[in-house]
Amino acid sequence: MSEGYKTPLGRARGLGPSHHGVGHFINERVTGLALVPLALWAAFAGLKLAGAPSFEAAKLWLQSPINATLLAVFLVIGFLHLKLTIQVVIEDYVYGFVSKSALLIGNVCVCVLGAATAVISILMVALGGGAG
Amino acid sequence: MTEASSGAPSGPRKDRPLSPHLQVWRWHLTMAGSILHRASLIVLYFGALIVVGFLLSLALGEPAYQAYRGVLGSVIAKLLMFGLTVALFYNIASAVRHLFWDIGKGFHPKTGDLMVAASIAFAIVAALVVWFIAFETGAL
Repeated sequence: MSEGYKTPLGRARGLGPSHHGVGHFINERVTGLALVPLALWAAFAGLKLAGAPSFEAAKLWLQSPINATLLAVFLVIGFLHLKLTIQVVIEDYVYGFVSKSALLIGNVCVCVLGAATAVISILMVALGGGAG
Repeated sequence: MTEASSGAPSGPRKDRPLSPHLQVWRWHLTMAGSILHRASLIVLYFGALIVVGFLLSLALGEPAYQAYRGVLGSVIAKLLMFGLTVALFYNIASAVRHLFWDIGKGFHPKTGDLMVAASIAFAIVAALVVWFIAFETGAL
């Protein structure tokens, strides 16, 4: 339908704010804050794992409930934070409707699959059900 | 500011005024800090997937784990991992920096520049310290 037939209100609708930006912003900041100590711990954990390269040592490290819990929390909150932040980057720089939608959906898929794979893998090793 | 000068408002709907973008501004530190923040997030996106791959290889058993370790042990992978460490520490510093800005502190241009410079310095120093420890403990 031609724009000329629309009322001024009809033309203006949908061009304003979405009204859910505040929640996004707060979630982004709170997950970012939670990740400060978690990421510092992860750097420490990375050093530990790099220093004990054997398969058995890595398994043993992950079978500690504290390590398994912190690593799962780190990755779940990490992927949540990445989903929120990368979404904004896509929204800012990708203009086409189809490419923007595809990237936004792809972002959600990668983050959900990444977090799920991480948690299942951690559980498999921590509960001793992993192959080998 | 002549924000509407490009693309004179010919039609009522198209040619809406655009906010000034990268090419309009002189480079300054807070701008570089903002760009680095986003760049580091994109780096960490792939970093998170590398960690997931590590955990998956651990769950799949020793052959998969050793193969993955072999890939991570290459020189190129180590260089990428160093970049990843810098990005991680830069993001930590950026999160704290933005927290100050979000509560309305540190908006003086000099303070803002100083905060960004400190974030970049922290990222590089912290990454070097981590890799020095890795080297010292024989993990490298």
